[in-house]
Amino acid sequence: MSTPVGTPRLEAASERANRRRGLLLALPSYVYLIVLFAIPLVFVGVYSFASRSRTGKPELADWNLDAVAKLLDSTVLQIAWRSTWLALLNTVLCLLVAYPFAYYIATRRERVRNMLLLLVMIPFWTNFLVRTYAWRVLLDSDGLVTRLGEGLGLWGSMLFSAPAVFLGLLYGFLPFMVLPLYAAIERVDWSLVEAARDLYASGWKAFRRVTLPLTRPGIIAGSILVFIPSLGAYVTPDILGGAKTTLLGNYIVGQFLAARNWPVGSAVSMAILIVMLIATTVYFRSGGRTF
Amino acid sequence: MKRLLALLGVLALIATACGDDDTATTAATSAAPATTAAPATTAAPADPLQAAADACTPGQVDGDLSFYNWTEYIDPELIDAFEGEYGVEVIETFYDSNESMLAQVDAGGAVYDLIVPSDYMVTIMAEEGLLIDLNDSAITNLGNLDPTFTGLPFDPDGAYSVPYQWGTTGIGFAYEALGEDFTPSWSVIFEPDPSYAGEISLLDDSRETLGAALKYLGYSLNTTSQAELDEAVELIRGVKDSIKLFDSTTFDDNLVEGETMVAHGWNGGFLGSYDGISTDDYDAYEDFGYFIPQEGGVAWVDTMAIPRTAEHVCTAHTFIDFLLDAENGAALTNWNFYASPNSASAEFIDPEIIEDESIYPSDETFANLEFIADTGDFEINYQDALTAIKN
Repeated sequence: MSTPVGTPRLEAASERANRRRGLLLALPSYVYLIVLFAIPLVFVGVYSFASRSRTGKPELADWNLDAVAKLLDSTVLQIAWRSTWLALLNTVLCLLVAYPFAYYIATRRERVRNMLLLLVMIPFWTNFLVRTYAWRVLLDSDGLVTRLGEGLGLWGSMLFSAPAVFLGLLYGFLPFMVLPLYAAIERVDWSLVEAARDLYASGWKAFRRVTLPLTRPGIIAGSILVFIPSLGAYVTPDILGGAKTTLLGNYIVGQFLAARNWPVGSAVSMAILIVMLIATTVYFRSGGRTF
Repeated sequence: MKRLLALLGVLALIATACGDDDTATTAATSAAPATTAAPATTAAPADPLQAAADACTPGQVDGDLSFYNWTEYIDPELIDAFEGEYGVEVIETFYDSNESMLAQVDAGGAVYDLIVPSDYMVTIMAEEGLLIDLNDSAITNLGNLDPTFTGLPFDPDGAYSVPYQWGTTGIGFAYEALGEDFTPSWSVIFEPDPSYAGEISLLDDSRETLGAALKYLGYSLNTTSQAELDEAVELIRGVKDSIKLFDSTTFDDNLVEGETMVAHGWNGGFLGSYDGISTDDYDAYEDFGYFIPQEGGVAWVDTMAIPRTAEHVCTAHTFIDFLLDAENGAALTNWNFYASPNSASAEFIDPEIIEDESIYPSDETFANLEFIADTGDFEINYQDALTAIKN
């Protein structure tokens, strides 16, 4: 910060005022984050080491590592593995569907583009639970999707099966992938692609060597936005999958509600959080910091 | 770039909101009335809420009633009648499981004047000090209760709870699957005929689901024997391929819509749905039925209780009294198809309901039923067992 010769004190004062104003503007966010995120998170952490009363009340006494030890239980590990695999698969599916779609949107005229974006976001105006139940109507034995499949001779009723869960997750999280991809593709400097073509790169090669690397930040942002909530998904597997397999989200809900075992529920929640935190930190440290 | 960040921020918020959807129904609870007169009767009462309750007189109201109940469990006309008679408003909020209700009441913050916990939950809530001792002198109609439903094991002195409705857990089915002539046994689920295997739903509830298997095996559904529980787990795992889904909320809808043919569930749910799809020209009871398996099953009692979150304890007492009235109790049953613990109501209940053994089982069947009791630390084992089944 260069200080003009004549008025150093005025300058310093204005800078202080600026900083104060900045703090004031950020204050609501700080309060929000501390009260609604940081403090509850501390609670969750603390409860991981607490104990359960005979009636299931969490008690901040008899501190122990039982709940943490349960993380290594083979059932919990299997559930974690299954959830991770499902979240990964959903992320890849979303990416495969969303990329061409986002590419299409980003290369339209502005008015068409805005309308398409609006269409992507409109479903958010309805509650996720309601939309998931709507899929149930589409997928049940005389649902539209089922009849279409039967007409084509390709599929029958998928309701309460794994494909229904994937369809529901893909549908639910697609916008989280489309929007960041769109933002990244829209910013691509197309003259670079043209230059590649001028240098005799094939269309595919130009895409792979130029467009894809340029849109990498969008791919990463979208993947994180899809992967993390997919990992905790529990409404979709319950409603569309018939609750036949337990995922991490269902397991945590079961611990908090049915078993009233807050320590275990907290420990599993904390473990997921810590693993995700480490994974993203490692990623950004290792040079993935591109956006 | 800034637009992108703002967008991501909004999306992240939506994402976190999505995870919470199951409890969204309970979110609208802050609509509780603001007109609360602090009951400062004595100089320094040890327990002002209890003191206020003890001072209530029959028919007294002290503000609007915040009623926290199961969904579709009370005739809206009964609510209107109460509002008209006492000049107060009833604000209804709903829950779908005892556990989510408990979490909500335990957290405090919101005002709930009256709740409808099931049997075992009364034990838990009373033990945790979440319920106030009812003032029997303000409930003039207590004498209407059937003696069978007083002094029940979950609240032996009836100190904290008054029975609301009772029912059974059994099997709803389509005659198309079982035919007219079948053995009313849990074997319908655990030894399914190939013709309907794969079209079966089980409740998604650790105690109920394992309870069905335990009963089939001839054990108590309140067992605390790990060996017996393991056997039940193996039994259900063995037929998992025949189970289409685990479902505690739409088991009846799925049955009548043809998604399933045999469903484990609560009697009132099935009968309400059968009644709902019946028309002048169509009698759903010709296609669908309900039975309590001969090995026995679950009997449950939902009760009315006043939690510590209450602010209008006298209105709550008056409402309990109102529902214990013979005609009002009958109106409740005529609407929700669950049995009434109110013996004075009998003459006002539709004869069809009174004579229906799937609502009012015979004494012989009743003797075979068990109430779910809280098993303390063993609840964890039940939940682990359900997880193991689904793994």
